[in-house]
Amino acid sequence: MSEPESDRMIEAEPGKSPESGRNAESGRAPRAGRGRDADNAPPEAIVAIPLRHPWRNVVAVLLVLGLAVFVLDAAQRPDYGWADVGKFIFDRRISQAAWVTLSLTIYAMIGAIVIGLLLAIMRLSPNPVLKSIAWLYIWLFRGTPVYVQLVFWGIVSLIYPVFTFGIPFMDPWVTIPNEIFTNLFITAVIGLALNEAAYMSEIVRAGLLSVDQGQEEASTALAMSWGQTMRYVVVPQAMKIIIPPTGNEVISMLKTTSLVAAIPLSIDLYGVSRGISAVTFTPVPLLIVASLWYLLFTSALMVGQHFIEKRFSRGTGRVKAGKESATPEPAPTAVPGAPGGPLGTDFGGKG
Amino acid sequence: MTDVPMVLAERVSKNFGSNKVLRGISLEVDPGEVLCIVGPSGSGKSTFLRCINHLERVDGGRLSVDGQLVGYRQKGDKLYELKLKEAAFQRQEIGMVFQRFNLFPHLTAVENITLAPIRVKGLSKAQATARAMELLERVGLGDKGDAYPAHLSGGQQQRVAIARALAMDPKLMLFDEPTSALDPELVGEVLDVMKELAKSGMTMIVVTHEMGFAREVADTLVFMDEGVVVEAGPPREILGNPQHDRTKAFLSKVL
Repeated sequence: MSEPESDRMIEAEPGKSPESGRNAESGRAPRAGRGRDADNAPPEAIVAIPLRHPWRNVVAVLLVLGLAVFVLDAAQRPDYGWADVGKFIFDRRISQAAWVTLSLTIYAMIGAIVIGLLLAIMRLSPNPVLKSIAWLYIWLFRGTPVYVQLVFWGIVSLIYPVFTFGIPFMDPWVTIPNEIFTNLFITAVIGLALNEAAYMSEIVRAGLLSVDQGQEEASTALAMSWGQTMRYVVVPQAMKIIIPPTGNEVISMLKTTSLVAAIPLSIDLYGVSRGISAVTFTPVPLLIVASLWYLLFTSALMVGQHFIEKRFSRGTGRVKAGKESATPEPAPTAVPGAPGGPLGTDFGGKG
Repeated sequence: MTDVPMVLAERVSKNFGSNKVLRGISLEVDPGEVLCIVGPSGSGKSTFLRCINHLERVDGGRLSVDGQLVGYRQKGDKLYELKLKEAAFQRQEIGMVFQRFNLFPHLTAVENITLAPIRVKGLSKAQATARAMELLERVGLGDKGDAYPAHLSGGQQQRVAIARALAMDPKLMLFDEPTSALDPELVGEVLDVMKELAKSGMTMIVVTHEMGFAREVADTLVFMDEGVVVEAGPPREILGNPQHDRTKAFLSKVL
């Protein structure tokens, strides 16, 4: 059956000429197979008046005018205190606080990604105990506000002043003073990481689920264990889906760190700005200063995200034109601030 | 020991919920035999194949490979479900080739082939790679070792997939419609590799729609419909002189 089939296929080949569609317009016979050699002359370019969009221009002019009015007005208003903005923008206290904010973001995200990966794998594992634990964790940490959680972690050291080891309700064997949650920076990192892990696990889960079922099957059929299948086959392929929304989470986390005031930790960017303004009675300039620093970091992260996405959509070797890859891959394009994953990456408002 | 069949199925049944996919499949495959299974879609061919390496659990009857019960251990007259690790160990001896190739797209051809031998059998990377190159040569792709699956044609991908399955040194190879996802002009190259494999004495079970291949290579042809074996025998007899109406109706559509 295969032999006669392969002969027939040769005839179907020359329909591919990209010009064959335009031939019809220029009045020539669009017969692909024969007419191909005849139409070497380039097709005539279309000369037409482009569609006008007058309302776009009107709206644009109005918006620019409105913005100009706002800027001119703001420049004159004393409440903005532009002189103070200039004075504090490179203040040492502020730049140190910006560093604290950055550190909080990095540590919390590392923790969140590790815990989130574990939770996602637990939730997809065949083990019902692990599944339930992961579900419960996500239910709890995604279901309560991060601000409330941070307040809670702030008072944990009062609820549990010491850690004890031993048989419950008997005299403890070992007693260690709770030094983890008396360090407010560590408390902040833990609080932020535990909350973010719930979101990260959903992102990772979406990534893992995006990998074709056949991959897991092929790996299983090769006698690889579930753990090996995850590690060598599924997770590497899921990375492409996981990376873009994770970039969003980093940006989101940078801003969420301002909530550590709930613990209360006040050495971060927002905390220090508030502290200074409480003394100088100039809240608005310091809010502007803090915002400018936040914007600086988020802009840098957006640029970084763009390059990481580009790298990961290329890294799998799928995008390059191969023999069969005529279908363009729907690679996640870098849209700053929009989740790139196709499913399960939008969890409603936060941050 | 030679009289132990490679695959022995006795009234094997499988349900998905209330849907009875297999309703008592009994057949025997001897070492070195090539068995082709044909039948309309939904007849349970693929499910039966997947039961043989325990990708699906058998619900009833007995299924054993090389004298070993698949997925269960018998102690006295009780059956115990195997641990995941033990089930994985059984699969080492059974290679499987899928309709949609299922190559790992993030790995090169050689890496696809060496992954399981390195991770499961504990081969060194050098050993595994040497063996992979040998197998690629055998399927006619000696120069494609560093290519990613996306850069290979469907036929080449399927040949890499066959090499990947062979790298585990299986006693039995299962083919689940290996040419159904291929462009017609690429079917031949995959069938040629399978013919060569059959000649080398590999025990093979092939679910296929390629009647020409079945006629030429199969020792036994099985026609399945609605979860039962309707007819089984030498391919020339079944294709040339089908006894059952259902077989006749099916063959009249595909031949």
